[in-house]
Amino acid sequence: MTRMTRQALIIDDSRTMRSILRRILTGLGFECREAGDGQQALAALESGPLPDVCLVDWNMPVMDGYTFVTRVRAEQAWRGITLMMVTTESAHSQVVRALAAGAHEYVIKPFTPDGIADKLRLLGLVEQPAFGSEALA
Amino acid sequence: MAITEWSLRYVADLVHRRTSIRFGADKAYLIEARLLPLARQAGEADLDEYVRRLATDPAEQRRAVDALTINETSWFRDTEPFRVLADVMLPHLLGARAAQRRLRIWSAASSSGQEAYSLAITCHEHLPPDWTVEILATDVSETMVERVRRGRYGQVEMNRGLPATALVRHFTRVGAEWEVGTHLRSVVRPRLLNLAEPLPELGRFDVVFLRNVLIYFDTETRRDVLRRLHRTVAPDGYLLLGAAETATDSGAHWRLERHGRLSVHRPAEPLGPGPAYRGTAHKGPAHKGTATTVTTGG
Repeated sequence: MTRMTRQALIIDDSRTMRSILRRILTGLGFECREAGDGQQALAALESGPLPDVCLVDWNMPVMDGYTFVTRVRAEQAWRGITLMMVTTESAHSQVVRALAAGAHEYVIKPFTPDGIADKLRLLGLVEQPAFGSEALA
Repeated sequence: MAITEWSLRYVADLVHRRTSIRFGADKAYLIEARLLPLARQAGEADLDEYVRRLATDPAEQRRAVDALTINETSWFRDTEPFRVLADVMLPHLLGARAAQRRLRIWSAASSSGQEAYSLAITCHEHLPPDWTVEILATDVSETMVERVRRGRYGQVEMNRGLPATALVRHFTRVGAEWEVGTHLRSVVRPRLLNLAEPLPELGRFDVVFLRNVLIYFDTETRRDVLRRLHRTVAPDGYLLLGAAETATDSGAHWRLERHGRLSVHRPAEPLGPGPAYRGTAHKGPAHKGTATTVTTGG
């Protein structure tokens, strides 16, 4: 059975960071689009197609990631989009704030590729590895 | 900085003597990568000089063995074992231990503690508050045991599989690190223990996680470890191995029980001589899993 390739929207004002995340996500089988701030990301959602997941930086010009999350959550048609913050904001209170606003997951920079993969696995967006010792029995 | 074959063999023998873990020639890169920082700290010119120093410096030997036996780990590693713990094991044990209201779990190769604390989080979130949980976290490395005791993790480690909801509930920020809450630290007991040596008296455990360790042991050591473990798992308890590991060649009797994509081992019958639980096996409540009795060896 073939499954549709998962779509990701990477939202970060740093081109380098977008490039790093794109490389990681492409390696995990995602098709990626990019946006440089929250406003551009909203425009990308409006023009479609809708991504399965948005990776959202917090501090960006024009529209920050927190505002983007609240705007997405206010829109019924975008309820199915998974939102994962990827940010340097590392205070406990900021994580709480983002989750309360509707983010599903939170990655604090710096991260490793495995860290991103682990989180996407938690969200059911990357396949689990096979389990079971009987395989070798 | 390359290492000579003599040095490689010396280090591999040292690790095997101390931990029963075998390092083959294909692990030369690992030995070089892990020992190079120690050699530099010790002020040695190259790895061979460092290895010569090891021969006469027991403290440095401990550091080297510690550095070579550290394994990668993450929170809720592989996800599925913790789902089965929450959905299958704990519901069964809630009934079976209702009188005692007490659970004992062993994270038998706890490394830096993420597995033990993931077990503690799962228990905290799925057991009534008046239950007592004890989680023994053992490792062969003193450095790792101390890390578990300290209960602090850097940002890169925190990103490895810890759900953000668990982070906000169970951790506090301390400087650049995150500290495990006291409600979890109070149930996790770190302890230095070499699985390859005869076990001290540890009592019985309701659940044992022994994941991604047996693969490093030779066949004989693996059998010894599994035979000893057979006596530490409660008759209706659970043993969980890594995905690439099996207990079926251990000479002990285990039932394989399948839950979704995961297989768990359960004691099938007593292995003598040992603590008597003859006749008490299979008396737990019925399970939804598919059981296969494995009777290889004896």
